[in-house]
Amino acid sequence: MANMDTTALEPQLPSSYDVTVFEEETRWVKVSGAIRRNVLLFAGSLLILAIVLFAVAGSLIIDEKRTEVGFAHAERETADGSIKEVVAPRLKPSGEFWFGTDQFARDIFAYVAYGTLGTLWMGLIAGIIGIGIGTLLGFIGGYFGGWLDAVIVVLSDALITIPGLMLLITISAYLDQLTVEQLGILIGVISWMGTTRVVRAQVLTLKNRAYVEVSKFNGQGDMEIVVSELIPNLAPFIAAAFVGAVAGAILLSIGLSALGLGPQNEPSLGLMAFWFIRFGAVPQGMWWWFGPPIVVIAIFIVGLFMVTAGLDQIANPRLRTSV
Amino acid sequence: MTTAQLDRSTHEVENEPLLRADSVSKTFVSGTFRKHYTRALDTVTLSVPESPPTITAIAGESGSGKTTLARTVLGLVEPTSGAVIYRGTNVADMSRAQHAEFRREVQVIFQDPFESYNPFYKVDHVLRTPIRRYNLASSKSEADDIVEEALRTVGLRPEETLGRHPHQLSGGQRQRVMVARAVMLKPKIIVADEPVSMVDASLRATILETLRAMNRDLGISILYITHDLTTAYQLAENIIVLYKGRVAESGSVDSVINDPTHPYTQLLVSSIPQPDPETQWGREQEARDEEDAEIAGCNFYDRCPLRMDECTVSDPPLYRTAANRITRCYRYAESPVHLAPDLRSVFAPVGSD
Amino acid sequence: MTIATAVHSPLVVKDLKVYYHTRRGPVKAVDGVSFELHRGERLGLVGESGSGKSTIALALMMAHKEPARIEGGSIILNGSNVLDDNSEQVRLRRLSEIAMVPQGALNSLNPVMRIRDQVIDGLKDHNVNMSDGEFANRVAELLESVGLHRDVASRFPHELSGGMKQRVSIAIAISMNPSVIVADEPTSALDVVVQKQVVQTLRDVQERIGAAAIMIGHDMGLMAQFASRIGIMYGGKIVEIGPVSHIFKNPKHPYTRLLISSLPDTRSKRRLEGIPGLPPSLLRPPPGCIFHTRCPDAMDICRQEIPPTREIDALRYAACHLYGDDDGKVVDL
Repeated sequence: MANMDTTALEPQLPSSYDVTVFEEETRWVKVSGAIRRNVLLFAGSLLILAIVLFAVAGSLIIDEKRTEVGFAHAERETADGSIKEVVAPRLKPSGEFWFGTDQFARDIFAYVAYGTLGTLWMGLIAGIIGIGIGTLLGFIGGYFGGWLDAVIVVLSDALITIPGLMLLITISAYLDQLTVEQLGILIGVISWMGTTRVVRAQVLTLKNRAYVEVSKFNGQGDMEIVVSELIPNLAPFIAAAFVGAVAGAILLSIGLSALGLGPQNEPSLGLMAFWFIRFGAVPQGMWWWFGPPIVVIAIFIVGLFMVTAGLDQIANPRLRTSV
Repeated sequence: MTTAQLDRSTHEVENEPLLRADSVSKTFVSGTFRKHYTRALDTVTLSVPESPPTITAIAGESGSGKTTLARTVLGLVEPTSGAVIYRGTNVADMSRAQHAEFRREVQVIFQDPFESYNPFYKVDHVLRTPIRRYNLASSKSEADDIVEEALRTVGLRPEETLGRHPHQLSGGQRQRVMVARAVMLKPKIIVADEPVSMVDASLRATILETLRAMNRDLGISILYITHDLTTAYQLAENIIVLYKGRVAESGSVDSVINDPTHPYTQLLVSSIPQPDPETQWGREQEARDEEDAEIAGCNFYDRCPLRMDECTVSDPPLYRTAANRITRCYRYAESPVHLAPDLRSVFAPVGSD
Repeated sequence: MTIATAVHSPLVVKDLKVYYHTRRGPVKAVDGVSFELHRGERLGLVGESGSGKSTIALALMMAHKEPARIEGGSIILNGSNVLDDNSEQVRLRRLSEIAMVPQGALNSLNPVMRIRDQVIDGLKDHNVNMSDGEFANRVAELLESVGLHRDVASRFPHELSGGMKQRVSIAIAISMNPSVIVADEPTSALDVVVQKQVVQTLRDVQERIGAAAIMIGHDMGLMAQFASRIGIMYGGKIVEIGPVSHIFKNPKHPYTRLLISSLPDTRSKRRLEGIPGLPPSLLRPPPGCIFHTRCPDAMDICRQEIPPTREIDALRYAACHLYGDDDGKVVDL
């Protein structure tokens, strides 16, 4: 993600000129300037926001019953000529069922909305837990050093070599039934290592900065230095790592669920993939079944990528152009 | 050593100075498997008396150990051997309360006025935090007064300075805010590590004058770390010239700079680019190029224009060439060896020079 | 200035303007700078950060990069305007006509190439054809001319001290006998003892090959030791230029005067006086004289009109309203 489009960058000015360039800006100039400087972050956030809105609004408006097996009914002429309401799987999109119905007569539109929500919720849980553990260990290791740091480094280096999906497959094979929340926690617990490495490395470079030493002479204790001197400067890194962790967790959960090892009782995009693969949506030509989840996943991943890349511009000093 | 000198040394050791660095050495270790040792500081001793307040220059080029000495005195670097003693207590053994007092009373001005600021905050942060942490004010308005007064002391207008981000100030302004921060805490000692080397010439003078005023009017002792002998000469009373971690020469700044004895100091002084086209650099002495080979004996041997065979045998001791001068060079072997490790006995009392 | 002198001077810079284009408008880093470099002379351009001195160095080498652009003026090198050259012509003229000694703080040498190959590379790039033996001799000759042993040729940069590396840079700069040497802060980050050696080496080789040299820097002391003539830069302009002894003994521009009085030396202890105020914004420079915001002698006219450059005495030019027609005539440098 380091190779960014440099046209978005501000012209570089020799640092000696910065003294002479400062002037007060109006709020609007600041905001519009920030957007213009970081088109990627802005556009990516819009895409993700659209997906989140779709999931939240959809699940609030649509009756959850529509995601249940055998929900969709349609009037059919029976052999004796009478018209009867029957369960209606594999319906093409229509006014009543916007995205049609699947093999089990579930409303695909409703299922995608609820499934997206479930997947996002899972990703959020995993992201918060992963970032929480990762940041905490990164700060402890980087700032205090010593044997604790050695333990953290060895642990994270060892764990990072184990592929997450493999670990999850093994764990979920031993667990009967996972809920979405449990899967989120599980993924969070096994995916903090990257964050720990990034945060630790950053803390190591920041803690010897003159301003951290000045704060010691200002009477600030270690905790205060971490909270008020280091964390604000690491916020873009932590935000970028968080977005990355959520994205990673979602991809992992989709992979796991598509294999049929994820939560089975709650809708999720991965589970949807499992069903449409299992019941041959593609050979049957049921594009309205496999299409929507793939589109949602694609938009979401592209959005996350753009946000991460945009945050990278802020967080990565090499790409950063103005303070 | 003559009896008179001995008397003077023993007499002065009796009253404990405010701060004392006692034969401090620092060896940095790098590399995981093949350890590489760098001796940055080699048995350096110095002291800062409680009164009168002094300005002592610690001069040397990069690699001389001057910054390591500063950081050791500040308690940022733990010496490999020796000790830094403040008010009679080893800094390494201080209680929490003692250490807090030490941190407030021995203040710092770093070289880089850009790096000294957390880019996340306005410059106010670095001034208001110590007031809060050290309980210097009982109310918001009292805190405002302290900040504004400190800024005026260093020649800044509070209304032009406060509320701005560091990048909105010039390097000179930033460094003056750092001086204001130190003044505000009413410290006993300020360690100024190359405070003007990254500041433009026209603003340098103002900062140096502020340091001088702090010493004169507020009774703050200053350790002025520098590579620049001209500012050392203007500001300090006494000077310690370091070379590769060791004291090469020390004494009152006038005598050392006007009449350097150590070949290294002689080179330093003759290399000063005087801002006067009539005083051109002489060509009499030239430093040799540095050699990689480790030579036993004097650490300046490889570059010394006046080197002798005996210089490779063993490291020369400090010779006391005059009442207020010591130098580490065999050319002064007739002078008595300076045994008292403390440079206090070397430094002329303030004002008596 | 007449055409004749222009032809004889290896470098004539006329009304050079270099602006950095930023989101908030052009920063006028160099704003109408004119000077002439005489054959064999050493000119010092002194200024503080933001004065435009380093931008001039880059522009002279045509090494400025976006967002910096040359907005106007001319750089006449050996009689022809560099700004009219195409990039290949510029490349060929670098090193052979105008060569740069880079900043001491920059490691400009290639860390994975032996010194010999770095020197020879420059020559080969300029289509110098010699046998290997001749190249080796040339390298040895160049290294010895900067006071280095010929064995240095087979070493790598990391095996050399900072001062030795900088002397290698000087050797490379003179390898094609250029008529102009540009040295931008050549001793920044070097220790004072080494600084003296490097500057003296530069001076020696410059005299030997008869090139003219421009040294750019902030240290007035170094300029006093090196230059025969000094230009004082402030806010993208040369405010005063003249022979070094005149500038130090009798500065005409208030900025020069204050700058010199702020310099510490080791001859007498005295109160050090700084210059109050701050460097100007080059994005929105103050009207009138660029220095009026800090000038103790500022008058009403200084806030309104840009002072013209006058020839105050022989070879001495200053741009200041303190001087009128009686003091010197207005010149178009």
